[in-house]
Amino acid sequence: MKSNRRQFLATLGITALGWSLFPNLLKAAEATSGHSLKGKRWAMVIDTKKLTVEIMEKCIRACNKAHNIPHIPDKKEVKWIWIETFHHLFPGQMGDKTHVSEYPEKKSLCLCNHCENPPCVRVCPTKATFQREDGIVMMDFHRCIGCRYCMAACPFGSRSFNFYDPRKFLKEENPNFPTRTKGVVEKCLFCYERIDEGKKPYCVEAAEGAIYFGDLNDPHSEVRKVLAERYAITRKPELGTFPCVYYLI
Amino acid sequence: MYDGGKILAGLAIFVLIFTFPFWYNIGNAAYQRPKLEKPKEKNCVESVEFMRADHMQLLNEWRDEYVREHITTYKSHLTGKKIRISLTKTCLKCHPNRDKFCDKCHASLAVSPYCWDCHVTPKGDSNEK
Repeated sequence: MKSNRRQFLATLGITALGWSLFPNLLKAAEATSGHSLKGKRWAMVIDTKKLTVEIMEKCIRACNKAHNIPHIPDKKEVKWIWIETFHHLFPGQMGDKTHVSEYPEKKSLCLCNHCENPPCVRVCPTKATFQREDGIVMMDFHRCIGCRYCMAACPFGSRSFNFYDPRKFLKEENPNFPTRTKGVVEKCLFCYERIDEGKKPYCVEAAEGAIYFGDLNDPHSEVRKVLAERYAITRKPELGTFPCVYYLI
Repeated sequence: MYDGGKILAGLAIFVLIFTFPFWYNIGNAAYQRPKLEKPKEKNCVESVEFMRADHMQLLNEWRDEYVREHITTYKSHLTGKKIRISLTKTCLKCHPNRDKFCDKCHASLAVSPYCWDCHVTPKGDSNEK
């Protein structure tokens, strides 16, 4: 085919146009099709009215046993889920008497909030703590160097440091879940290993209906239904970390 | 040659020290591959040769894929089957005894991987401190 200058310039122009448009078209196609499908966002809703001390202790026992959490009685304790009083859970919100009518010493459950904007992820120098696509704030224990920046960053005290070898404080080990080593930070991981098997977290199972778990992005999920029906609060909303653990009050 | 005697003596000492591992081990039995406890299942994740040489790379890849990228299965090049990525739920199902499998080679080759600092083995934890 013979080509003259005019044709060559026209081809060049069309190519350049295509080159500049095509990547943007691809991106636009991705944004419209892919995002809503994989958009899982795990969340937990704790019904503080239904929780009793027995149920809370059952939840904690189930979690501790399954995740090889050592029982260390002093301040160097390791905890993934534990009991806390309302005025420790919701400082600054207890004055809102129209909604929060509970007395300050009422007890409830406390765990990692799996924040949408997690400060622990931002500060981790090795990316040992990171956020999965489904919202779980995950820990890669292999990478943790024990610097404890995340513990300083977390406003909820959800993280514990292993000051001792945890195996010395375990009565029996669950071979299906790793223990941790001395010098590693740990926290609740929303039972990612159970979610993979299509099951709900251990505490939800043990709570006899007092804790709901599900996909926050799915408008028909159980968590969305209870959140639509009842008044719910999160911990320290003023900090803007957007916790995914809600408390029905 | 100036100071020839000293140089030769020095060279002799150097060669003697340098070849120490060779003559120290003269008469010792040659290295023998340790006998491992073999599982009933015939096929491993990959071929025996691959697993023998590269299981550590495979385990590292599995670790990163599962924990960080949330990829839960691995397609075997040997059987074509999809295998669940898990040290305790896949590897240790066939090789439950650490003393009779993992540690045999690791001990004879003087390597000490830190897998077992966290991961729990069902049997054979006798090396625990």
